[in-house]
Amino acid sequence: MNERNNGRRAVRIDATGLYYRDLNQLVREAISGGARRIELEGVMGQRYIGTNVYECPDLGDVEIHIHGVPGNDLGAFLNGPRIVVYGSAQDGCGNTMNAGEIVVHGRAGDIAGFSARGGRILVRESAGYRVGIHMKEYGPHKPVLVIGGSTQDFLGEYMAGGVIIVLGLGIDGPHRAALVGTGMHGGAIYIRGEFDRDRVGKEVGIVDPDAADMAEVEEHVRAYTDNFGGSAEEIIAGPFSKLYPKHLRPYGRLYAY
Amino acid sequence: MALACFKLPEFLVERDYDKCINCRVCERQCGWEVHSYDEEVDKMFADTEKCVGCQRCAVMCPTGALVISPHPGRYREHGNWTQEHLRDAIRQSETGGVVLAGSGNDKDYPVYWDKLLLNASQVTNPSIDPLREPMELRTYLGAKPESIEVRDGKLVSQLPPQVQVETPILFSALSYGAISFQAQEALARAAAELGILYNTGEGGLHHDLYRYRGNTIVQVASGRFGVDPDYLNAARIVEIKIGQGAKPGIGGHLPGEKVVGEVSVTRMIPAGTDAISPAPQHDIYSIEDLSMLIYALKEATNYQKPVSVKIAAVHNVAAIATGMVRAGADIIALDGFRGGTGAAPKIIRDNVGIPIEFALAAVDTRLRQEGIRNRASIIAGGGFRNSADVIKAIALGADAVYIGTAALVAMGCTLCQKCYTGICNWGITTQNPYLAKRLNPEIATERLVNLVTGWSHEIKEMLGGLGVNSIESLRGNRLHLRGIGLTHGELETLGVRMVGQ
Repeated sequence: MNERNNGRRAVRIDATGLYYRDLNQLVREAISGGARRIELEGVMGQRYIGTNVYECPDLGDVEIHIHGVPGNDLGAFLNGPRIVVYGSAQDGCGNTMNAGEIVVHGRAGDIAGFSARGGRILVRESAGYRVGIHMKEYGPHKPVLVIGGSTQDFLGEYMAGGVIIVLGLGIDGPHRAALVGTGMHGGAIYIRGEFDRDRVGKEVGIVDPDAADMAEVEEHVRAYTDNFGGSAEEIIAGPFSKLYPKHLRPYGRLYAY
Repeated sequence: MALACFKLPEFLVERDYDKCINCRVCERQCGWEVHSYDEEVDKMFADTEKCVGCQRCAVMCPTGALVISPHPGRYREHGNWTQEHLRDAIRQSETGGVVLAGSGNDKDYPVYWDKLLLNASQVTNPSIDPLREPMELRTYLGAKPESIEVRDGKLVSQLPPQVQVETPILFSALSYGAISFQAQEALARAAAELGILYNTGEGGLHHDLYRYRGNTIVQVASGRFGVDPDYLNAARIVEIKIGQGAKPGIGGHLPGEKVVGEVSVTRMIPAGTDAISPAPQHDIYSIEDLSMLIYALKEATNYQKPVSVKIAAVHNVAAIATGMVRAGADIIALDGFRGGTGAAPKIIRDNVGIPIEFALAAVDTRLRQEGIRNRASIIAGGGFRNSADVIKAIALGADAVYIGTAALVAMGCTLCQKCYTGICNWGITTQNPYLAKRLNPEIATERLVNLVTGWSHEIKEMLGGLGVNSIESLRGNRLHLRGIGLTHGELETLGVRMVGQ
């Protein structure tokens, strides 16, 4: 069904009972055909939404709204579109994404933002294990991952660039993730609220964020509250800790030459 | 505190001063700074301790004045404590580090290719002369359907994506960063001329090499360096790298010194930072997870390209391979323990993994037993030295082979095994512009084309001798092989009979 929405061509697709490959093909055809806003209804576990639209024109202008629960690897290799999920995302959300935005009105599973090089992921609630592993940045590409609640272990392991912000909203007690930032050699992790400093990786330093850091945090916190509501000021009031890599080359002295 | 060095030199540099003309070529050619000229006495000198035995100076010397040989000065011989064991222990006691090595496993493990012999036609079936009759080496890589439907002489079934190569010899993964741009460009150009494929490794795809997209395999490995939709869609085949024969089970650290200039641009990471590839891909902890990435890549390339999964040959390789095929891999790349590398902990290079001969035979057998051999092509790699190794691999069940070290040798490599230092007098495994520039991509391309052309001719001759006119007819036909000097267990695993039977 085609309709106009704020001057953008909108397409509504009923995903009920559709195999993921067929659903993604419909999305691809819709965007190739000029649709700029895709409404997916009745999504239930279909994988790789937003992955196969690579060759479509003007992807930065495309929005995909997902009603229901998308499957694994939502927006894997994403390169431009904005995806909004009215529900929770499963594992691999934003896997190796390059550009675009994923907004999740719920939770995200394991490895959200894994190896991302660009774009932004906003998760209203908490996320699973191995979140943001090996995120990296390059030139204008700088990935941002904002988690409203908390995460499980291995957050930001091997992190090489980008920003992870964990807001600690609505969690009971301190953050419990262990082995945070092990092998980290780039980027920054901002954690709001209490956490056990002995549970971060040995390659990680912890400081209070400076003004420039907080300006960056504020920008993304405002994006968070713009999408999910709440008071940006209250969140920004913190307290935040900044986790940073102590060395750009954590394993530079490991070898005998 | 730097500890005193107790190491003996490994090589002896001998100069025939009657021949030496003080032209200083050796000095300019050596990135290790072995040679130097003393103006006062008008004489060349050599610092033997720095020599790695790459022979660059010896072959470049216009008067043949240099001889580089293993240093005769040795620690007292010991059957258990070889010179190498002593040297490594001394090196580690000075640094506390992990001993690195380049190249492939150089230990004296049995090479099973040398214990397999090919058949030839005599009397009862005629051999074929490839100079007079057509001989088909063309190979199609990709999953084959269970059945096909032909109507009015035309194929009506839709085939999974197939990639055509003119000879079953491909260049294995050699990343830009590990090798120089000149070396990778030569591989790409040679692949284009030969109608075969080269493999980017995990170093991204340099923008100047996008023109060879028709001959490119791109790798997606644990660091995901340079991986974006442009990169994936530039390839003929997308390869997920799980493991590598030279260092099964571990990741890689490209040191920050090598992440400079265009390497940084191509890998899409800031200059000077280590490019760390974690040991596992953290989105793959199971066969189901592997399947998830395979299909993510198929979605990202709109099901236009076969997805290959490369693993190191390890003990349970057959069971792993069947899982890979069931996970949706169109191609299985197996890398035996003799496969080369730019840098690996030597202890792993020399002690982990199994020979490709057994891995290949075991995987082909298992996939046939389970009736799924058609669902994936097999590319075998890891130590192929000549065309006989290649044809024996095809007979054991490979669709094609990967050659890495052989390609480097074609470009000038003499296996000095120092790739990890970033100094390469042959201009291959270096990012030093002065050293890299000496590798002329045009000449290197020609040498690569010559090597693969020569091997292909030899394969045609051997096929003709077997009495078959197509590589297809040999694939997995182990009756063309016989084993010599092998145990019953070895023969059974390889699925070949003993000579004379």
